[in-house]
Amino acid sequence: MTRRQIRRGMSNVMVAVMGGAVVVAVLPLLLILGTLVIRGASSLNLAFFLETTSAAGTTGGGVAHAIVGTLLMVGAAALMGLPIGIAAGMYAAEYANTRLAVVTRFVADVMNGTPSIVVGVFAWAWLVAPRNQFSAFAGSAALAMLMIPMVMRTTEEMIKLVPTALREAALALGYPRWRTSLTVVVRTMLPGIVTGTLLAVARIAGETAPLLFTALGNQFMNTDLGRPMAALPLTVYVYAIGPYEEWHRLAWATALVLILVVLALSIATRIATRQRFDRRG
Amino acid sequence: MLEDPPESQRGPIPQGPSPRGAVRLFGRDWGDLVFRGMLTLGAILVPVLLGFLVWELYLGSRLAIDRFGFRFLTSSNWNPVSGEFGALPLIFGTLLSSMLALLIAVPLSLGVAIFLTEFAPPRIRGPIAFVIELLAAIPSVVYGLWGIFFLIPFLRGTIYPALQGVLGFLPFFQGPIYGYSMLSAAIILAIMVMPYIMSVSREVLLAVPSSQREAALALGATRWEAVVTAVVPYARSGIIGAIILGLGRALGETMAVTMVIGNRHELSASLFAPGYTMAAAIANEFAEAVEDIHLSALAYVALVLFLVTVLVNAGARLLVWRVTRRAAGAAP
Repeated sequence: MTRRQIRRGMSNVMVAVMGGAVVVAVLPLLLILGTLVIRGASSLNLAFFLETTSAAGTTGGGVAHAIVGTLLMVGAAALMGLPIGIAAGMYAAEYANTRLAVVTRFVADVMNGTPSIVVGVFAWAWLVAPRNQFSAFAGSAALAMLMIPMVMRTTEEMIKLVPTALREAALALGYPRWRTSLTVVVRTMLPGIVTGTLLAVARIAGETAPLLFTALGNQFMNTDLGRPMAALPLTVYVYAIGPYEEWHRLAWATALVLILVVLALSIATRIATRQRFDRRG
Repeated sequence: MLEDPPESQRGPIPQGPSPRGAVRLFGRDWGDLVFRGMLTLGAILVPVLLGFLVWELYLGSRLAIDRFGFRFLTSSNWNPVSGEFGALPLIFGTLLSSMLALLIAVPLSLGVAIFLTEFAPPRIRGPIAFVIELLAAIPSVVYGLWGIFFLIPFLRGTIYPALQGVLGFLPFFQGPIYGYSMLSAAIILAIMVMPYIMSVSREVLLAVPSSQREAALALGATRWEAVVTAVVPYARSGIIGAIILGLGRALGETMAVTMVIGNRHELSASLFAPGYTMAAAIANEFAEAVEDIHLSALAYVALVLFLVTVLVNAGARLLVWRVTRRAAGAAP
């Protein structure tokens, strides 16, 4: 073989190896989805959504208490986190070069990298320790804290996609800045901002670590934010490490529900932003 | 950029109807002021909240900081009964599991990123990257569940015995095989951080100007040689940034690790032995801790973990930012 052939062969081998890496990288996703569907889908009946867990050791029952808990806690977190995140994101996009925008962007990156368990300890030290009472509200506060940087960066990225010409056109027509921003810029990207925000909400709905010692979890239905409350990811954790076969069954089904919601929103976000790119191009 | 010009440079105040939607009172447009004020409030709250987080963590861990000081980081005695706490096994476990995870994830994610930017047919590049990025959207606790009931039985049954058979002479692969172990945690972590490393390195590689590739190809390099000699070196610091970003993720990952690592306060050379990480210890012991000093020690662990991840992430951002800024500056 000539040197040239060896070099070309080497190149082809390396390309094949990297193609193989793609297969290996996609494999876990398929395995996880497959396992979840096989072991979880059969348990997704009406009882799963409408009943609370029956007594340990018996069969039947569902996770209605955790569904209600997740909806309440994530709802409260969204009420706290969304306004701050969206306002900060709009500020970072509208006044991009101010010192505050640079600082806020950097801090948001730091917060994004902060482990969620650390945020849980923060919420515990702030809201649980002083009153010596685990509460769903403390869990919501931790979730809101995690949501703010995600929402902020999504909002900022989306607003930045709006062409400057559109903004200038509105200003040239005599629109004041705030109306330009709200009725032209934000309006243009509203589908992207909404789906991106929903994705952030779905992500925090899957968080377990910050709830472990704030909302704590609950075997029963509870709608009082001042007391311990169940949540879907907490239920997956507790039931997965629990000893009963019946609990494992519910854990798989709950995990399947969680993952379907997150994946659906991820895909929706992708479609919403892709359409924007296409129309611009 | 779009600020109003100063008073002296303004033309005559327009007569007739005021601009659409302007809220005028005393000759000023209050709409803009209120708008900017509200956005500014949101932007200021973000750093304020982070400062508050650090302060609360400090308050929570003050008891342990006062009692143990820096000895906390070097002692491996963790005994809630006698009130003695040292976090060395936790720090060791966190570093070891993250490093092992990177060892697995880095070659894989770089291979994927290079394949997707240089070799794959353009049509499938975006979709494949998206599918791999979906891994990042899966909740950590779902990875844990999958790890307990699918991955660990599989590893314990087939991979680990084979590994011990081949590499059993090394101290890392000796001893009984538990399944719940440092190596299992590292493998789960590798799957979890791979999408982050892949996605950022892909972004960095896309920022490499095509003249780099073309120059190498024009000199007679094969496609692979062009990547190795011209593309990767150009993007090197950005790729290192991507890896460190993945490290930041791995260090703080909690639920999946807690569920598969075995949770034991021990230093062990064998990767088949159970271990512990900082995040896992907090997750596992916090709700059950009753003594103030135990809680405070766990908060101290959280503070250390926070500081480590901040340093790691800030370093990574800086590296990625340097490459993409250079690329933006070089663009015509």
